[in-house]
Amino acid sequence: MSGIPHDHYEPKSGSEKWLHRRLPIVALIYDTLMIPTPKNLNWMWIWGIVLFFTLVLQIVTGIVLAMHYVPHVDMAFASVEHIMRDVNGGHFLRYLHSNGASLFFVAVYLHIFRGLYYGSYKTPREVTWIIGILIYLAMMATAFMGYVLPWGQMSFWGATVITGLFGAIPWVGQDLLTWLQGGPAVGNPTLTRFFSLHYLIPFVILGLSIVHVWAFHTTGNNNPTGVEVRRGSKQEAEKDTLPFWPYFVIKDLFALGIVMIVFFAIVGFMPNYLGHPDNYVEANPLVTPTHIVPEWYFLAFYAILRAFTADVWLVMLTDWMTFGVVNAKFFGVLAMFGSIIVMALVPWLDTSNVRSGRYRPMFKVAFWLFMANFVLLTWAGAMPAEGIYTNIALIGSAYWFAYFLVILPVLGVIEKPLPQPDTIEEDFNAHYGDGAAKASASPAE
Amino acid sequence: MFMKRTIAAVTALTLGAGGALAAEAEGHVTDFKFPFEGVFGKYDQAQLQRGLQIYTEICSACHGLIYVPFRTLADPGGPSLSDDAMREYAASFEVFDEEIEDFRPAKPTDHFPAGTYPGSPDLSLMAKARAGFHGPGGTGLNQLFKGMGGPEYITSYLLAFTDETKDEAGTIYYRNPVFSTGWSAMPPQLYGDDVEYADGTEATAVQEAKDVAAFLMWAAEPKMMARKEAGFISVMFLTVLTVLLYLTNKRLWAPYKPKKQI
Repeated sequence: MSGIPHDHYEPKSGSEKWLHRRLPIVALIYDTLMIPTPKNLNWMWIWGIVLFFTLVLQIVTGIVLAMHYVPHVDMAFASVEHIMRDVNGGHFLRYLHSNGASLFFVAVYLHIFRGLYYGSYKTPREVTWIIGILIYLAMMATAFMGYVLPWGQMSFWGATVITGLFGAIPWVGQDLLTWLQGGPAVGNPTLTRFFSLHYLIPFVILGLSIVHVWAFHTTGNNNPTGVEVRRGSKQEAEKDTLPFWPYFVIKDLFALGIVMIVFFAIVGFMPNYLGHPDNYVEANPLVTPTHIVPEWYFLAFYAILRAFTADVWLVMLTDWMTFGVVNAKFFGVLAMFGSIIVMALVPWLDTSNVRSGRYRPMFKVAFWLFMANFVLLTWAGAMPAEGIYTNIALIGSAYWFAYFLVILPVLGVIEKPLPQPDTIEEDFNAHYGDGAAKASASPAE
Repeated sequence: MFMKRTIAAVTALTLGAGGALAAEAEGHVTDFKFPFEGVFGKYDQAQLQRGLQIYTEICSACHGLIYVPFRTLADPGGPSLSDDAMREYAASFEVFDEEIEDFRPAKPTDHFPAGTYPGSPDLSLMAKARAGFHGPGGTGLNQLFKGMGGPEYITSYLLAFTDETKDEAGTIYYRNPVFSTGWSAMPPQLYGDDVEYADGTEATAVQEAKDVAAFLMWAAEPKMMARKEAGFISVMFLTVLTVLLYLTNKRLWAPYKPKKQI
């Protein structure tokens, strides 16, 4: 499967040969697990495993919760309380599931930002990147619809605000909105379709994740140097790599263990910290909460959505030039979706031919500003949309777009990169000593 | 002026409300101590029973607890009434039975009835629904570091009433700086000695407020102790597993990382 030369599965016994001729499934598993992996991968390469584990955790806990949950506006809230009070272990399952969403997003953000820093999106890994963005979008949809299911105040009003975004689209918006909500407002049809899709999309994510892995198993992993594994011969490749099993499986499981300790501590001791207290009040279409805030993982994009108010000159100009078709509301929606689209297009926006940010001094500054900006936007998204907060959100949004549309294209032209190591082996030995070179000549089986 | 009065109102009623950080628009919520806080925190059975008494004698006149079944009052870890006491307590409430289309005394499997007074919120989940993000800049840091949440809010709210009232379209509102709008439709309830505790505890206003807040926390999160126990066991088990994985990983990679070998 991989372009890196390595040993492949050879069926030995008669029964192995029998199965292999009919279904080479053992070969598939063997090649997937034994893929040569750059041996210099650092601790930011663990999030893939964490994400896979979290996906399975969410599906398993979700399936059990769905056995007890009732998707009906009159019973949803009470059925969640039934889970919390009467279902054996139900309270823990539900907290695992609701905090699992947060874990999912912590991991996916770190995973995405690692890709942005080490240039994992660059050729030949563009398809891996695009599929990753699709997974991220599917995760956002799943998390949003899942948050609606308990039918609390934030569920209801969050659903109203977010589906309302589609109503801002000119001409088709209102029809689209009615179609999404299944009626003139968020109600029982909205809840039932969200439940159905909340159950379905995770399996789409699972499918996309398999394709995501397939894609980078074809190109090989990126690594902190961004230098490709040598592929001249098997011996050469083995100097740069170690097989995924057991070296990286054990390393990743160790990292997963640490993440799980923190996760279970949150679930056990402060499971409601990341949620909004208003969601323990049953949905009431007649009472609007004072602050409608999404879950923390959407706050940065929520800030971008709200940043472009009607008094921003760019919005006024667009409004005037499009004869009012792109008004402030629609502009905000475009900006929010656009912020993810520019991220999806980063393989073609980044003009530098140096892959890893480690060797790009100017890029490093821009990248860490981008990180700080993400935190700033997240905070701004939690604040009320008024006064100084809108200005901060506007500056943050401007930097988000500038990073992808101006800084990355320009840096590739003007930046003078630092010298890169010739091989992964060189980088690895610089860290761990020359003895590593001798040892790696005969990798442990 | 506003802050001064807020702090004065609360600190006057509470002992040792030190480190009063400036609160947000909601007014000041004091970090009261509850026995169920922290990793090993447990509900205090006596306190929950006192809280139940406050709820029964005062709150239940208007409010309901529709998600709480009477039978859970006898559950271990809760108020832990004896089975007979729980049945007797349940029977003191009337619930509507759809089968006989009439009211009858409640059975253990019935839930507490809903509130009777229009507009009075149900209290089943109040301790979780008011766990707001207290702390500087709405960051939730007080919640994170001091464990402040719903019970602290409820206690502070019950004690924060001033004597001011206002009449708005025929409804009287009572000044309460802890309440989100600053004016509560509920009149002050706790003055001290509002009940005579069955266990002989002195019924000061602070004691009463804390007891009922603790009871409401239990009502909102009856499985808290089971959850903490499961969390603690999980963390312990995962720690052992992670240490083993660390050692395995170290040994596995040792031939390739001679510099790191000791």
